[in-house]
Amino acid sequence: MLEMLTALFLLIGAAFALIGSVGLARLPDLFMRLHGPTKATTLGIGGILIASILHFSDQGQGVSLHEILITLFVFTTAPISAYLVARTGLHLDARNGDNVD
Amino acid sequence: MLKLAVAIALACIGAALLLNFWRLVRGPGPADRILALDTMYVNTTALLVLLGIHLNRTVYFEAALLIALMGFVGTVALCKYLLRGDIIE
Amino acid sequence: MKRWLPQPLTSGCLWLVWLLLAQSLTPGHLLLGGLLALVLPLFTVRFWPDRPRVRRPLLLLPYLAVLLWDITLANLVAARLILGPARRLRPAFIRLPLDLRSELAIVLLTHTISLTPGTVAAHLSPDQRVLLIHALDVDDEAALIARIKQRYEQPLKEIFAC
Repeated sequence: MLEMLTALFLLIGAAFALIGSVGLARLPDLFMRLHGPTKATTLGIGGILIASILHFSDQGQGVSLHEILITLFVFTTAPISAYLVARTGLHLDARNGDNVD
Repeated sequence: MLKLAVAIALACIGAALLLNFWRLVRGPGPADRILALDTMYVNTTALLVLLGIHLNRTVYFEAALLIALMGFVGTVALCKYLLRGDIIE
Repeated sequence: MKRWLPQPLTSGCLWLVWLLLAQSLTPGHLLLGGLLALVLPLFTVRFWPDRPRVRRPLLLLPYLAVLLWDITLANLVAARLILGPARRLRPAFIRLPLDLRSELAIVLLTHTISLTPGTVAAHLSPDQRVLLIHALDVDDEAALIARIKQRYEQPLKEIFAC
């Protein structure tokens, strides 16, 4: 039962991570590309880490809570990275003279 | 069952990394490349966690955590450089 | 008290993070983590010009619950947008006038916007009054702004009382 749940979270997570990267690869401009990695990939890694918690808690060595740290870290840093990349993009566009804003 | 799921997940993350790499090479702007690199870091973190599940070892967490840390610091540093280099100019 | 424990919340978080990192509750780790949690804020307190004031911390829990639910939902929406035909997307930059004044509250709102449906925060004006948002697929600009204001900004305003 727990194994099935682990497998489910793994597959959901991996699928979202892939969708985020597909978005990064195929959308036409930088600001649209930003959406894939910041949301889908972040949730994807969240799913994989939940699967990891379930898997290692099932090994009989107590509950594994390590993964919460990585999850929290990724969830707090992903928007910051996205914000900085967006700012960089705006800045470079402004310097090159295309008025995006 | 779990073995199969891990294998499929590894394949997904591998494909995601290839797509990221394509964007990294293709560009076109520096911001796109930074974004691609940042996504690669996140996907690599996922890959390490998956490897940990696959090999049933917990030692990979530290590596995953460090990769996540380095990715964030690297992205911030690159963005700051591009943002600030202009002010000094 | 204020002098030796300038940021009790930060100290608590640091202690918790140390224990999670060490994955143990042995007295040694409890002591070492506690020591770090006491010493680190003392060294970094100078980097915090204004101490953020959380007026009603318990309201953060329902806010986080809503956020988690929205993140999950947002991803299904984003997945559909990403995998659908790219030509049909209507991306746009939107200006969101901010009512929040506390810096921490603005940071939390920016995080929320970046993690929820089809929007990424792109730029905060230097006077901290306007947030520039990029949306992946905009139908009705005013409705999106109203939604963000009502669903996320209002609760944050209550939590931080600003």
